[in-house]
Amino acid sequence: MREIQRIAIIGGNRIPFARSNTVYSNVSNQEMMTATLQGLADRFNLHNECMGEVAGGAVIKHSRDYNLVRESTLSTSLAPETPAFDLQQACGTGLEACILIGNKIALGQIENGIACGVDSTSDAPIAINEKLRRILLDINSAKSSRKRLSLLSKLRPSMFVKPVLPSNSESRTGLSMGEHAELMAREWQISREEQDQLALCSHQNLARAYEHGLFSDLMTAFNGCSRDNNLRDDLSMEKLRKLKPCFDKKVAPNQGTLTPGNSTTLTDGASAVLLANDNWAKEKNLPVLAYLTFSEVAAVDFYEKKEGLLMAPVYAVPRMLHRAGLKLQDFDYYEIHEAFAAQVLCTLKAWEDKDFCKNRLGLSRELGKINRLKLNVNGSSLATGHPFAATGARIVTTLAKVLAQKGSGRGLISICAAGGQGIVAIIER
Amino acid sequence: MKDSYLNFTNVGIGARLTSILGLPRPEILERYETEKPTITGAVLLGGGGKSELLEVLATLFESMRTQTLFHSQIPEWLKIANDSGLITGRWEAEGTHVQKVKALVFDATGLKESSESEALHRFFHDSAKSILPCGRVIVFGRTPEHCNQPRKAAMQAGLEGLIRSLAKEYKRGVAAQLVYVAEGAENQMESTLRFLLSPRSAYVSGQVIRIAKPKKVSRAPRDWSAPLSGKKILVTGSARGIGTAIAEVMARDGAKVICLDIPQAQSELEKLAAKLDGSALAVDLTGDDAPETLVSEARASGGWDVIVHNAGITRDKKMANMRADLWNSVIDVNLSAQERINDALLGGGAINKSGRIICVSSISGIAGNVGQANYAFSKAGVIGMVKSLAPSLARQGITINAVAPGFIETQMTASMPLGVREAGRRLNSMQQGGQPEDVAEAVAWFASSGSGGVTGNIIRVCGQSLLGA
Repeated sequence: MREIQRIAIIGGNRIPFARSNTVYSNVSNQEMMTATLQGLADRFNLHNECMGEVAGGAVIKHSRDYNLVRESTLSTSLAPETPAFDLQQACGTGLEACILIGNKIALGQIENGIACGVDSTSDAPIAINEKLRRILLDINSAKSSRKRLSLLSKLRPSMFVKPVLPSNSESRTGLSMGEHAELMAREWQISREEQDQLALCSHQNLARAYEHGLFSDLMTAFNGCSRDNNLRDDLSMEKLRKLKPCFDKKVAPNQGTLTPGNSTTLTDGASAVLLANDNWAKEKNLPVLAYLTFSEVAAVDFYEKKEGLLMAPVYAVPRMLHRAGLKLQDFDYYEIHEAFAAQVLCTLKAWEDKDFCKNRLGLSRELGKINRLKLNVNGSSLATGHPFAATGARIVTTLAKVLAQKGSGRGLISICAAGGQGIVAIIER
Repeated sequence: MKDSYLNFTNVGIGARLTSILGLPRPEILERYETEKPTITGAVLLGGGGKSELLEVLATLFESMRTQTLFHSQIPEWLKIANDSGLITGRWEAEGTHVQKVKALVFDATGLKESSESEALHRFFHDSAKSILPCGRVIVFGRTPEHCNQPRKAAMQAGLEGLIRSLAKEYKRGVAAQLVYVAEGAENQMESTLRFLLSPRSAYVSGQVIRIAKPKKVSRAPRDWSAPLSGKKILVTGSARGIGTAIAEVMARDGAKVICLDIPQAQSELEKLAAKLDGSALAVDLTGDDAPETLVSEARASGGWDVIVHNAGITRDKKMANMRADLWNSVIDVNLSAQERINDALLGGGAINKSGRIICVSSISGIAGNVGQANYAFSKAGVIGMVKSLAPSLARQGITINAVAPGFIETQMTASMPLGVREAGRRLNSMQQGGQPEDVAEAVAWFASSGSGGVTGNIIRVCGQSLLGA
């Protein structure tokens, strides 16, 4: 086998993220993905280039989109011979795609590849009523007209008006992700004020990044939009304080701390990142922004053992640090995906908690504090919005560019995902 | 005056009926509103050959915060735009929705001969159905007179036929213009681009604008939302009609307006001046002492920045019936007085550095009109005056231009017989009359300190009238 190759991050592209049912409400996942990949091809002049592989996915997906990434690739100016595959790991999809493509590059199986992700909660698939679906399937397989007629007679009007809508609830607990996050906030005693402060910071940081033109070569305009439309320049603590809790009814009546301001909104959008080995980058004369060096995935038992649903990154990070021989404080930037402000704050608090680190993480001592000024310096999902599968490549690209601008350094990425999973990575330059 | 037909065709049953009967359906034109961006909607860019203006356009669009998209014929736009800090994207990626755009901008400066004109076809053919109502088409070219190669001159001159045709085809309030940018005048494009993209140019269509390299330094206004801030502007004939609109738009754009009209109109004049926080000047421009009076007034206030020669009269009669006094009075007010005043102001040093002289001509001066031989003579004479003065004034950093209004809804047109009025309104690409402020907006564009490269231009504000075109 060939020697392990370094995984170079060349750059990326995304379309602006948009709150669901706004500017992309009539646009499909495939259209968003195509526009994003085409923008990447335009940016790095990949027209007619046969790429090693394109990997990506969507969390909310129509059944007809079983080959979403390949179909999108075919619509771009990339060579039609470029292979592609779909994958899904809830909100970890985008980062997992980076790791997969990265691993293939590291092993020398491919020279280059694209990792991507897309999601739309506007153009969501609606499944028909389960009883109706069964009857229709039976009718389809019935051999005689009589049998078909008798099946038809079982149809009831109510079946047509009660479709099955996708929801972001955990199938095991029946609670929504927000409700789980509310439970975590209670367990870790995260105040409403702290959460609102983090949300405000996210918006302010993102607004500043736009002002400095950080995204001009990381983004292509789409459907009349050239800026994340969830971003509020005029947000203030007063405005955030006015919002009512939205996940408290079932789990913490009248004591809720999570609001629409400090939780991510449903979002539409897509992102992609171009990865390669050093050789290919050199051949193509493309500067390397940074390298993807370590990654780790963990899961927690949120059902039997009642660990917080979104606590898995807390477990993944120390394992990865151990392998990398690093301390939590050895980073210049921390990109902790803001599914909910509470998730980020619980994560930080857990790493500072001696008992938790000893008993749950099996460490000899706590991981300790991080410098909060290094956290999500260009805003994160609370401000940009969070099209589930598109968040990974957004973070990887933005962090890689920031490291490139700095010249050298190290960044930590942490993303929590449904099903009690957490996916983390290290990017270095 | 209200255009009842226009209102009828734009609501409910009227809209349906006119579309069934195939009658003209004039669009309700978008007009300038404060606080609105220059253009609402995306600009689609195209180009052919080695386009020479893309870098400049990128910086301009960045400063205007305009959303741009590019046609696949100019993939180089992505990097150029990104380098200017502009987020942009490809317009029609395969398999995605075709996005409607508000403006089509084509850089034709790189086209060296007619065989390369295919790029124009590709761009305008692909995008023809994607332009929104009240959209804009702007083609940038190189001044044919300055092209060394005959083939390049022919290629560039061909653009004129293209945009005049597009202006007629697109309908729905879409305006199309051609801008010839002389070599070295690339940094003079902003005021013109802003004017043409914005609703300020609602009733200007099918026009050719020439931007020259100014002989003297020309500085853009500091604040584009008040581009005439601090300017002292004389508007003659401002007691009514188009003159009032000019004074109002100038004041809106930040200028101190000196409102001038005949002594009989003093009370209206003072009302207007008070409203605009300007001053009133009641002078008969044909009087022997008028030039002297203006020079001393100008000097007393430290010189004027902009002179708008708007005052004009009509004394319509067919030639057979026209008395000499009807002829003479029209020529004197509309042309000779302007000449005397220009000479006096220029000679007396009463026009400030980077001064602007703007004359109001007329479509009658270009096309001629029954019963208006005197008026048409005077207005054609104004065009001659502008063209001949432009080169010598350019050496002093002063520009001189003219607007030529077509059918504009004023008291004058309201008193026309119905048949003539309706014909006047519909016989243009906008299928409606213009508003006095449409003329005023064009005057304000000429007046801008950013328009130092725009001189010797005659711009028709006529909705691309069929007359004289």
